Amino acid sequence: MTKLTIRDQRAFAAGALFLAFAIFFFVTALNYPAGSAARMGPGYFPRLLAIVLAVIGLAVMLGAVRPTAQRQALQRWDIKGLAWVTGSVALFALLLFPLGLVGALFVLIVVSSRASPEFTWTGALVNAAVLIALCLVVFVYGLGLQLPVWPALFN
Amino acid sequence: MDLFHNLAIGFSTAAQPANLLYAFFGCLLGTLIGVLPGLGPLATIAMLLPITYALQPDSALIMLAGIYYGAQYGGSTTAIVVNLPGESSSVVTTIDGYQMAKQGRAGVALSTAAIGSFFAGCVATLALAALAGPLTAAALLFGPKEFFALMILGLILASVLSSGPFIEGIGMVVLGMLLSLVGTDLSTGTQRFAFGIPQLFDGLDFVPLAMGIFGFAEIVKNLEQDDKLSLVTQKIANLFPTREDFRRMVPAMLRGTALGTLLGVLPGGGAVLSSFASYTLEKKLSKHPEQFGKGAIEGVAGPESANNAGAQTSFIPLLTLGVPSNVVMALMVGAMNIHNIQPGPEVMTKNPTLFWGLIASMWVGNLMLLILNLPLVGLWVKLLTIPYRYLFPAIMVFCSIGVYSINSGTFEVYEAAIFCVFGYVLIKLQLPAAPLLLGLVLGPAIEENFRRAMVLSRGDVSVFLTSPLSAGLLAAAVIAIVLIMLPTIRSRREEALQE
Repeated sequence: MTKLTIRDQRAFAAGALFLAFAIFFFVTALNYPAGSAARMGPGYFPRLLAIVLAVIGLAVMLGAVRPTAQRQALQRWDIKGLAWVTGSVALFALLLFPLGLVGALFVLIVVSSRASPEFTWTGALVNAAVLIALCLVVFVYGLGLQLPVWPALFN
Repeated sequence: MDLFHNLAIGFSTAAQPANLLYAFFGCLLGTLIGVLPGLGPLATIAMLLPITYALQPDSALIMLAGIYYGAQYGGSTTAIVVNLPGESSSVVTTIDGYQMAKQGRAGVALSTAAIGSFFAGCVATLALAALAGPLTAAALLFGPKEFFALMILGLILASVLSSGPFIEGIGMVVLGMLLSLVGTDLSTGTQRFAFGIPQLFDGLDFVPLAMGIFGFAEIVKNLEQDDKLSLVTQKIANLFPTREDFRRMVPAMLRGTALGTLLGVLPGGGAVLSSFASYTLEKKLSKHPEQFGKGAIEGVAGPESANNAGAQTSFIPLLTLGVPSNVVMALMVGAMNIHNIQPGPEVMTKNPTLFWGLIASMWVGNLMLLILNLPLVGLWVKLLTIPYRYLFPAIMVFCSIGVYSINSGTFEVYEAAIFCVFGYVLIKLQLPAAPLLLGLVLGPAIEENFRRAMVLSRGDVSVFLTSPLSAGLLAAAVIAIVLIMLPTIRSRREEALQE
């Protein structure tokens, strides 16, 4: 008996992701009554789907360890780029009410610009100025969206 | 004639100044995002969805539709001039279009694409108008079990036609359906998977999800790879195809249009599939297959007609059966929901002006695109010189404000941030996101119809097989699965869906 090797790392991770979601949804769905096939409760359909997803997840994982599976490694992750982009969006949400649109957009643009390998401070600041002006004209004055424009202190 | 009467209603709606303006705006925006790589119609429609809240429903849909088919035009421009598909549906256009441009025939290639798209758009509009009536009538005969079977077929076909292994596509559909269950269960009022978060009681909004996956996560991906543009430097001079060009492109256009019209109707089909299928067909039928890849005009005329026809006829299942056939159509469901319109057979009977107005606006929009595109090619190409490092913060700004404006709250913005991480995981694992979104949109309707059918049959599952219509639809789904498992077809599919 040879040791099981994960030949297709990508597919194995994909299958594991499916399986993890399936377990999460199945366990949570146990809190809801299932009912019977003729009178389904809120828990029936989620359990059914979770079981299907678990089967698919297992099948994908099995396919990845088959001796005939093509070798495939996981791709390299750009955690830094992801962190800059995601972080800037979260910061925008966090700062919108305390700082107002102008401040929050400034943070969003400057922080997200850092994700680019060609980042320059001048470029990011000029871009921020242009985009903030554009947003004020289009969204606040043009479309009349309900947005706090200036920091909460000034109101 | 009913058809002409209906089209007359449509044109009078589409010709209202406000609607003309929104159609124009949609086409302009569509072309713009089609030209710009890294920003697809999906993210743009998701971005603009909340903003259309203030518009009349017909204006909103006319504009959003314009973005979708406008993007097909714009995508071909960059494909030809800089060998960079602005849209995934114009990937095949790069093969021969760019070669034509290198031979100094960029103008001819561009006008071939524009004429083909316009012709296909006209035919598809007529097909849409002609098929709408009979299909709507058929849809009214559908009960819960038939709808259940139809949606299952749609989801299976969508997974078959997405890139990557079929089983992973199905997994994404099921995951999407599970995510759609978050929120209040309509028949019992139970809160499912909401964990006491009030913003989740109404369900997981798909705009933040789409934005996170197709907007933000795409940006992270694009930043990883730095593409250098290779602009064709010579001036685009001669726009007019020669007589010989016409002789070769007209049959290709006709075939592409027919193919695109058919494939667009198919659930899971649409612009991308149509263009690939058409290129393969043209190469097979050609007397000079060796010219393909070296600037054969058929390789531009066929796929460009096909993708535009497919883009338009993919509205047919949505408007008549209420089943979105691709992700863009799933977003259109969202747009209709914002305006309290239930997509499906009732749209035509309850909102005839909206229905026919939308169809007529597509023809008007195609005409606008023809005028908009050819003279302005130079301008569009210039846009490509904007470096991505300035472009992507702009996309992020518009996406963030768009997400915020769904509910004037920051909860959705956080949601989008979370789905950005999730979307990046999907990209790295090469899992297709489109089936996930379709599952998310169709999930509630599938559960509801499944439950209803089971109540009616007192819990007997065989009911799906005893009704001829639902049995036929499910049989088609099974056939699709069996076909995809066959080795020869599997390898050919992998070839065709390679991006």
